[in-house]
Amino acid sequence: MFSEWTGIAVMYGLTVLLAIPLGKFIANVFADKPNLLDFMRPIERLIYRLGGVDETQEMSWKASLLALLTINAVWLIYAFVLLLVQGSLPLNPDGNPSMTPDLAFNTAISFLVNCDLQHYSGESGATYLTQLGVFNFLMFVSAATGIAALMLIVRSFLPKSVDTVGNFYVYFVKAITRILLPLSLVLSLVLVFNGTPASFDGKDSVVTMQGDTVGVSRGPAAAMIGIKHIGTNGGGYFGANSAHPLENPNYLTNMAEMVAQVIIPIAMIFALGFLINRKKFALMIYGVMTIGVLMLLVPTLISELHGNPAIARMGVAQPTGAMEGKEVRFGPVASGYWSILTTVISTGSVNSMHDSSMPVSGMMQLLGMMTGAFYGGCGVGILNFYYFLIIAVFISGLMVGRTPEFFGRKVEAREIKIASIVALVSTLLVKGGTALAAWLFVNYPEAAWTVKPSAWLNNPGYHGFSEMLYEFTSANANNGSGFEGLGDNNFFWNYATGIVLLLGRFLPIIGPVAIAGLLARKKYVPESSGTLPTDNGTFGLMVFAVIMIITALSFFPALTLGPLAEYFSLK
Amino acid sequence: MKTNLIPAIRLTVVMLILTSVIYPLVVAGIAKLAPGGGKGVTVEAKGRVVGYALIGQKFTDDRYFNSRPSAVEYNAAGSAGSNKGPSNPDYLKMVQARIDTFLVHNPTVKKADIPAELVTASGSGLDPDLSPAAAKIQIARIAKVRSLPTERLTQLVDANTNGPLLGLFGPSTVNVLKLNVALDQLR
Repeated sequence: MFSEWTGIAVMYGLTVLLAIPLGKFIANVFADKPNLLDFMRPIERLIYRLGGVDETQEMSWKASLLALLTINAVWLIYAFVLLLVQGSLPLNPDGNPSMTPDLAFNTAISFLVNCDLQHYSGESGATYLTQLGVFNFLMFVSAATGIAALMLIVRSFLPKSVDTVGNFYVYFVKAITRILLPLSLVLSLVLVFNGTPASFDGKDSVVTMQGDTVGVSRGPAAAMIGIKHIGTNGGGYFGANSAHPLENPNYLTNMAEMVAQVIIPIAMIFALGFLINRKKFALMIYGVMTIGVLMLLVPTLISELHGNPAIARMGVAQPTGAMEGKEVRFGPVASGYWSILTTVISTGSVNSMHDSSMPVSGMMQLLGMMTGAFYGGCGVGILNFYYFLIIAVFISGLMVGRTPEFFGRKVEAREIKIASIVALVSTLLVKGGTALAAWLFVNYPEAAWTVKPSAWLNNPGYHGFSEMLYEFTSANANNGSGFEGLGDNNFFWNYATGIVLLLGRFLPIIGPVAIAGLLARKKYVPESSGTLPTDNGTFGLMVFAVIMIITALSFFPALTLGPLAEYFSLK
Repeated sequence: MKTNLIPAIRLTVVMLILTSVIYPLVVAGIAKLAPGGGKGVTVEAKGRVVGYALIGQKFTDDRYFNSRPSAVEYNAAGSAGSNKGPSNPDYLKMVQARIDTFLVHNPTVKKADIPAELVTASGSGLDPDLSPAAAKIQIARIAKVRSLPTERLTQLVDANTNGPLLGLFGPSTVNVLKLNVALDQLR
C-alpha cells in the first residue's frame, strides 16, 4: 500500500519539478529569447514560407481570432470528410467501416476542440489512416491552438497600452515545433520501449492456452498516445484508453503518461509568470488551482480505498479498494489520482472506468470538469481562469468601493458582460443538455434512433442520471472522458454533444481573448497604493470563492440528483 | 476571409506532413529497436505463440490460475470495462454469483479472504495481472487438481511476482499468462 502512495507523491512532485524549468523555457520560446530548441528555427522558417505566413506581421485581437477560427474551420471540414470515407481509403488492414454522418460530425468536432469524446472504439471504428491523419493531427493542432490563444492575452498584462496582440500563426507553429512535438516524441519512445505497438501490421489472431481464438488489435499507437497526453487531448487509440495494457503497459508508463498530461498546464502558469515578470501572480494562480485539486482529490482517494459498501456487505475482502473498472497494475490510488487529474485538466484519458467509480469520486470528477480552471487544458486552463479573475476583480472592486482595475487597466461593463456570458452559457449548456436528454428519456423512450432512449443507460436510477450529466459536462469542458456505459453513438448524443463541444470550446477562447484585447488597448495607469493587489492570498481567496459560487454552487442541484443521491442510497 | 483561408489551408498541409507523416514514421522506425519490434511482445509455450505478454487471457479452468472477470471475454479485438455503477442491482447480483461460483471451485477458501478483484471486471477487459494475494488464494485448488505440493506453487507465484517499480512505486503484480506457462512447465 505504501508504495502506492509514494507512487502518486512522486508523480505530482516530478510534474511540478519539471514544470518550472519547462515554464521558463516556454516563456523564452514565446518571448523570442535564446532557448534550447533554437535549432528548429530553419524548420519554422520553412513552415512559414510553405504556409504563406508573414511572421513579422502584428495582428489585432480580432484579426487573431479570425485567423484562429478560420483555420479551425478548415480542419473541421477536412476531418469530417475523411471520417466519412475512411472505410474505402488505404491503411485500413482490419477493414473497418466508414463513419455515419452523425458520428463523423461528433468525432471531427470532438478532436478539433481538444475534447476527444469518443462515440466509437478505436479498434473497430477507425482506420490507421484516420488515427494518424485525423486524430493524431487534430491532437497537435488543437493543443497548439489552445497555447496560441493563451499567448494572445499576454500583452494585456504588460504595462503598456497596445493595439496588437501578436501573431496567431507564429504562436501556433512554435507551440508545435518547440513544445508539443519534442515532448510527444519523448513520451511515445518511453511507451514503445515498454511494449506499446508502433507498427502498421493489422490485427493478429492467437489461440490462447485454454484454446480460445482471440484477436489482438495493434497499429501505430505509440505516436498518437504521446501527443494524446502532452496535448491534454485524451482520445484513446484503443477503446479502453489508458486502461488498455498496450496503451499503458505498466506503472512506469502510467507515471510517464500522468506527468505528461499535467506538465504543460502547470508549466503554462509559470510561463505566464515569467512572460509578464510577475512571479507572485503566477504563484497565486498556482496556489488557488492546487488547493482546488486537493479538495477534489482527497475525497476521491478515500472513497475508492474504502471500496464499494454494497460489495463489502457480501462478505468479501476489498484489500485494494473498489476494483470494478480498475486495473491491478495501477491499483486504486493511482487510478483515483488519474481520474481527478484527468478531469481537472482537459485530457479525459482514463486508466480506470469512471462509470464504475464510487459515487463521491464520480462527483469529484464532475466538479473537476465543471470548474475547468484548476490547471485546465493546454493554454485554455488559464483562459478559463482568466474570466474568473475578471469577475473576482470586479466584485472585489465593488466591495471596497474602488474602480475595478486589473493590471493597470480599468475593468468596465463590456468586459464584465463578456465574462458573465461565457460563465453562464457554460452552465446553461450542461444543465440544459442534461435536462433535454432526461426529458427525451422519459417521454420518448422508443424514438427510432440507432440506440433508443430507453436503451441509453447502462445503469438504472441515480447513476443513470449521472451518466447523462457526465456526458454533457465532459462535452462542455472539452474533457472527453465519459461514463462510458452511456449508449451515445446515435443521432441525439452525436449532434447534441457536438454542438455543446463547439460552444464549450470557442466561447471560452473568444471571450477571454476579446476581454484581454479590449483591456490591452486601454490606457495604462501605473499601480499605486490605491490599487487592489491581485497577487496575494486575499485576492486568491476571492477568486476561489468566485469559482465556487459560479461553478460548484450552480451545479449543486444536478449533483444532488445524481452522485449525491446514489451515495446516500449506497450507504 | 481570403487573407486567412489561403494560409490556413497551406499551413494545414504542412502540419499534416509534419505531425501525421514524419512524426509517426520516426516513432515507428525507432520502435523496430524495441522488444517485439513495435508489433507487441508475444509469449511462447510448447513451441507455439500462446498470446501477448501484455494482454490478459481468459483462464477459467481449475487447472490454471484464473484471471479476473472481463467485459469483453479477453478478446483483444476490442476492449472495454463493464461500466457498471456501484449501486446497480443487476451488477451486484452478478458479483454475488461470481462469489458463489468461486467458493464452489475453491471449497477451502473462506469468503472473507476472497479479494474483490477476482469478482470484479477490469477497466480494459484485458487485465493481464492479478495481485499476489489473488493468485495465492487459488493455490489450494490447483495443488489438489494437479497433485502438486502447495509450497512449490507458492514459490512459483513468488518467482512470478513483479514488485513495485524500483521497489518503491505502485502495487505488486503477477502476470497470469506467464504464471500459467510456468505452471505447465512444473513437473
